[in-house]
Amino acid sequence: MTAVDETTTDPAAGSPANTARAHSHGGGVVPDASRAERVTSFDVADFEVPTGREEEWKFSPLREFAPLFETGPAGSADVEVTAPDAVVHRSGTLQEVGAGTAFTPGDRAAAAGWAATTEAHLVSVPAEAELDAPVLVTVRGTAGTTTSGHLVVEAGRHSRALVVLAHTGSGAHRGGVEVRAGDGADLTVVTLQEWDADAVHVGQHDVLVGRDARVRHIAVSLGGKAVRVSTNVRYAAPGGDAQALGVYFADAGQHLEHRLFVDHEATNCKSYVEYKGALQGDDAHAVWIGDVLIRAAAEATETYELNRNLVLTDGARADSVPNLEIETGEIVGAGHASATGRFDDEQLFYLQARGIPEDEARRLVVRGFFAGIVERIGVPEISERLMTTIETELAATALAGTSSTEEN
Amino acid sequence: MPTLEIRDLHVTVDEADGGTKEILRGVDLTLKSGEVHAVMGPNGSGKSTLAYSIAGHPKYTVTGGTVTLDGEDVLAMSVDERARAGLFLAMQYPVEVPGVTVSNFLRTAKTAIDGEAPKLRTWVKDVKQAMDDLKMDPTFAERNVNEHFSGGEKKRHEILQMELLKPKFAILDETDSGLDVDALKVVSEGVNRALASTGPGVLLITHYTRILRYIKPQFVHVFVDGRVAEQGGPELADSLEETGYDRFLTRA
Repeated sequence: MTAVDETTTDPAAGSPANTARAHSHGGGVVPDASRAERVTSFDVADFEVPTGREEEWKFSPLREFAPLFETGPAGSADVEVTAPDAVVHRSGTLQEVGAGTAFTPGDRAAAAGWAATTEAHLVSVPAEAELDAPVLVTVRGTAGTTTSGHLVVEAGRHSRALVVLAHTGSGAHRGGVEVRAGDGADLTVVTLQEWDADAVHVGQHDVLVGRDARVRHIAVSLGGKAVRVSTNVRYAAPGGDAQALGVYFADAGQHLEHRLFVDHEATNCKSYVEYKGALQGDDAHAVWIGDVLIRAAAEATETYELNRNLVLTDGARADSVPNLEIETGEIVGAGHASATGRFDDEQLFYLQARGIPEDEARRLVVRGFFAGIVERIGVPEISERLMTTIETELAATALAGTSSTEEN
Repeated sequence: MPTLEIRDLHVTVDEADGGTKEILRGVDLTLKSGEVHAVMGPNGSGKSTLAYSIAGHPKYTVTGGTVTLDGEDVLAMSVDERARAGLFLAMQYPVEVPGVTVSNFLRTAKTAIDGEAPKLRTWVKDVKQAMDDLKMDPTFAERNVNEHFSGGEKKRHEILQMELLKPKFAILDETDSGLDVDALKVVSEGVNRALASTGPGVLLITHYTRILRYIKPQFVHVFVDGRVAEQGGPELADSLEETGYDRFLTRA
């Protein structure tokens, strides 16, 4: 692969070059500042308006996000919920839907959003229920408005469910998502950022994994002008298994940011994080932050995180920062990898040598790059729709790319 | 009769230090349908460069000479145009394409080569038959292209493509390297089947004479230092088996 900036880190090999934060792999090294010390609060006054110098905001386009830092009343986005009969759906105030037991705002936008939320939603899957169809929650923003919202997804013990949260439309949106998976539950939450090209969105998703529960969180960000989704995973009890997967495709001028924090405190839990993104066009910007903390008590933890970026044109920028803090040596395994590369010329040559034209060869490679995650969404119509969107975006590169690749 | 003609071909490669190095220094070869030409030579003599230059790999720069297919200028064509014109390169180190299944890849390639999608029913049957002939498990079709393939599986997969895509000329770049005797036989049978059915011209690039027991060449070319140093019939391969490349190397 013709890598432009590749770091693949072996857990035993020390810090990758692009890791901005303190980085330790056991052995008793105390990091300068633990991820655990980051402020969380329901009070917006606990968070200054970001200036861009803060660790957690330094990659973000603050001018785009500015409306989301403002306090005071904001509207609610249009929310539509379609669910199988077994599912309980309710809307009301944050209090009425029981929000805030597994969610605490972690930044200015989330706290301001929490304070401004007047209509929240609860989707509750009863214990033992096994849904035969997905729950679909659609959030639609309106141009020129700033909206706030909060969604609680509750999966009762030993239930099995798939919840798809689709973001569409325009405007500026702050969305809190609170996922509570009961003991032994098997829950998949898919969040689709299919915004119009001018939308801005800051979302915080807090996921609490119950004893022996299995949770998959899949983020797909394709639309919007600036999108930042922070996903925080915690375990309520031992035996939990969490997967956080994501794909993104950033076009010219688009900012797509995904911040992951997996906080291991219970014993015998697993986490697996895999995000894959493609970037094309001037000032396309993707940010991926993967923080994993294994606290002293979290023995027998097994964790791995991976981020791969495919840079399709010049002028795009991918920031990728994996960060692993380990406070106990009694773990099963911990590792991370981050790689940012260009199209693999050898792959393209191989496909073209079989008669496949260059644009189609690129499409095959990109489709293959994303397929592993997109196909795990569990709803074939959605997977197909996302692949079509990705291929449409890619068609724009093929046009832009031909001039620069004709060298032989 | 389809003819692939290589005339006075000069090729350079860019080196890491910014310089260029001439690897092919005037190669002449004429290949006709149904003929098998073995190109033999020591490591570094330019055999693989010849293969990749004909296929159009961007790493190599043609600085002189011509390659024509029935009079058409191959060097003016893009990589995919060359394949659609009837050239096929079985690679020594086939590349992984994650997320793309063998069956999807084969269908896409066949559609590109023929200019139309193959008829579904006959295509499925043809693929199944070809895989069966090469002793490939049916589950192979659902695996990702070359991903986690063993060396032998990669080579079978290359020959599978050759049998299904039916090129006019096939260049086999050290297809025998890394194969045990059983796999070598299976792969050679595949080439012989293609010769019997569609009769392509075959340029068989090899370091060893071993594969020539199973695929019989009519012509043998010995490559040394970027040119054909000697050519002859199958008996030349026999003499190489006894004396090796030493006499060419000392002379060079």
